Amino acid sequence: MARAKVSRKSTAIDMTAMCDVAFLLLTFFILSAKPKVQDPLHADIPASTTIQALPETDFSSLLVSQGKVVFSVEGTDVRMETLRGMADQYKINFTPEEIKQFAGLDSYGYSIQFLKQYLAMSNQDRAKYPVTGVPVDTTDNNELFWWVKNARKADKLVHNKELKVAIKGDSKEEYPTIAKIIKTLQKQEVNKFGLITSLKTVAK
Amino acid sequence: MAELDTSGGGKKDGGKVRTKKQSTRVDLTAMVDLAFLLITFFILTTTLQKPKAMDLTMPDKDEKQNNQLPVPETRTMTVLLGTNNKVEWFMGQPSNPLTAPTVTGFGKSGIRESLLDKSKEVLAKSGKPMIVLIKPSDKSTYADMVSMMDELNIVGNEQRAIVDISQPEIDLLKRDNIY
Repeated sequence: MARAKVSRKSTAIDMTAMCDVAFLLLTFFILSAKPKVQDPLHADIPASTTIQALPETDFSSLLVSQGKVVFSVEGTDVRMETLRGMADQYKINFTPEEIKQFAGLDSYGYSIQFLKQYLAMSNQDRAKYPVTGVPVDTTDNNELFWWVKNARKADKLVHNKELKVAIKGDSKEEYPTIAKIIKTLQKQEVNKFGLITSLKTVAK
Repeated sequence: MAELDTSGGGKKDGGKVRTKKQSTRVDLTAMVDLAFLLITFFILTTTLQKPKAMDLTMPDKDEKQNNQLPVPETRTMTVLLGTNNKVEWFMGQPSNPLTAPTVTGFGKSGIRESLLDKSKEVLAKSGKPMIVLIKPSDKSTYADMVSMMDELNIVGNEQRAIVDISQPEIDLLKRDNIY
């Protein structure tokens, strides 16, 4: 009696569909990706239980660590307009080339007088240069005040929206530094702002 | 995964030299591997980084008009933020507190308990919510302020303000060794 033979099938699978899906997902992730930006100063953010998501546009954040403040605003168009406002304020002339370069900067943590020199540096030199912080004080020449003010003006002009300001502070930061920043914001009637925190589950 | 080439080829007797017909199937395994590797990389580096924030609303600081209402001291609780994550709270005014200033910490058995107790008491007595004044001292950290605002959010207290600390209050903190 002849035994029924199991026909041997090929182990190769058609991968076309799988490959299609994989590349479709890949394309989606690449397009929706926003590269992680390395903060110029390390900040260990505090945790809280009540948090809201922050907008991705029309948003400015002030990184506070070791008594220094680093200013940043989202959107290249807003950044360019902000710098134009700052140039008017401090009577510094920036070439269109410099303005374009500034639009590519994620954050700025130096005095405005240093900006021209900073823009002339190469990327590696910039990363190596220690952050001195945007000067903050209570006088009329408070640079942080003008940065925030011009960013708000720029956002209103470009997107016709209210700029949302958030403070990203280090947990160990002493209160007087934070108080100085809050005063700066209140001086231009920004009474509502965010404090960037990480999520903590409430201990019941 | 190699596949056997079963198509004939080569020279046949008396025939022309024919080009070998190749299979159109390509092995996609390596390509799929690579694609998934990249997907994993992009997932891990991006979408997990969404900043979150706690909203903070400060009272309007208009010096020109003074439309502030006097606040009954029985309804106000003052919380002083000291050093080493310690807080000190009392009801009423610093010169003449209605309850003795108490030093405590954050968390469930710390300031939250007192906040819940007192807000219930105030609500029962006056029918109005309690007002909390937060006074961070120069020795307190940013984390303390955030924790304090968070405690108020947990208890559901809406009436609060961050106020500058005054000298008698600093003395109080000094007395209790948290300055």
